[in-house]
Amino acid sequence: MAVLEVNPTRMELTRLKDRLKTATRGHKLLKDKQDELMRRFIELIKENKRLREEVEKELKEAFEAFLLASAVMSPEILEEAVAFPKESISVDIKKKNVMSVRVPVMNFIRSLENDEGSIYPYGFAQTSPELDEAISKLYGIMPKLLELAEVEKACQLMADEIEKTRRRVNALEYRTIPELEETIRFIRMKLDENERSTIVRLMKVKDIINKES
Amino acid sequence: MSYMYKIGVIGDKDSVLAFKALGVDVFTVSDRDSARRALDSAARDKYGIIFITEQIASLIPDTVSRYDKEIVPAVILIPSNQGTLNIGMDRINENVEKAVGSNIL
Repeated sequence: MAVLEVNPTRMELTRLKDRLKTATRGHKLLKDKQDELMRRFIELIKENKRLREEVEKELKEAFEAFLLASAVMSPEILEEAVAFPKESISVDIKKKNVMSVRVPVMNFIRSLENDEGSIYPYGFAQTSPELDEAISKLYGIMPKLLELAEVEKACQLMADEIEKTRRRVNALEYRTIPELEETIRFIRMKLDENERSTIVRLMKVKDIINKES
Repeated sequence: MSYMYKIGVIGDKDSVLAFKALGVDVFTVSDRDSARRALDSAARDKYGIIFITEQIASLIPDTVSRYDKEIVPAVILIPSNQGTLNIGMDRINENVEKAVGSNIL
């Protein structure tokens, strides 16, 4: 490991020691953060996978039903039937802080216009029951779909953060800290060497003085 | 720090028309340019969640991944009526690999 380019002085030694202390502390904190993030991430990603599998399966069923509906109905009537939804969905997004990762918390607000009851935005006269079934299936999937959105987004953001944290931990662990330790040792040895050479010089000088007198 | 966001769906007409009945805003697109435009304008337009079918998303991977690092909007892939292309699952596995270093699922 390379030694940093510094002057081997006592002042530099103190400075480096301080830096090493900070780096070690930072490393420990980041490592803890990484561990905790990882634990949560693994919980969340399992949930994500399960949700996605379910959603994909159910969506497929809903699409099949809708396909059937569009087969028995004329496209114009179909389009007209769904053109004016009774319900409106909006989402209220708050931000939650999980180990310094900002993840969204989504609350869904579904509001039915005027009377509740039927979720179907059309009269039953011109439409087929297949369409009813498709819509009701899709309606049932919606909460799960929205949950999936929340979880998947959180997973994405956390994966990014974990990667970033891991890089920092590794940089500290394998580069900064060893470098600092190496340099501190280098300065210590240099200072010791200087001290020894001073002593030797003094002894020599003393010898010379003794011989002359 | 909260704001009411809308929900949108982008995809080919046959797949996404059904969502319209649920009060979700629907953008029907057919080619790459219109898909990119629809996604970008939806993101600008205070859509909190944008569902996009995998068929369309596979045409514009760069645009989709651009929103990965933002909190809002969440771009979520859904299968279309032609079935799933497994891109959504792949993205989950990608996340796992990025975070853990190897695929543990």
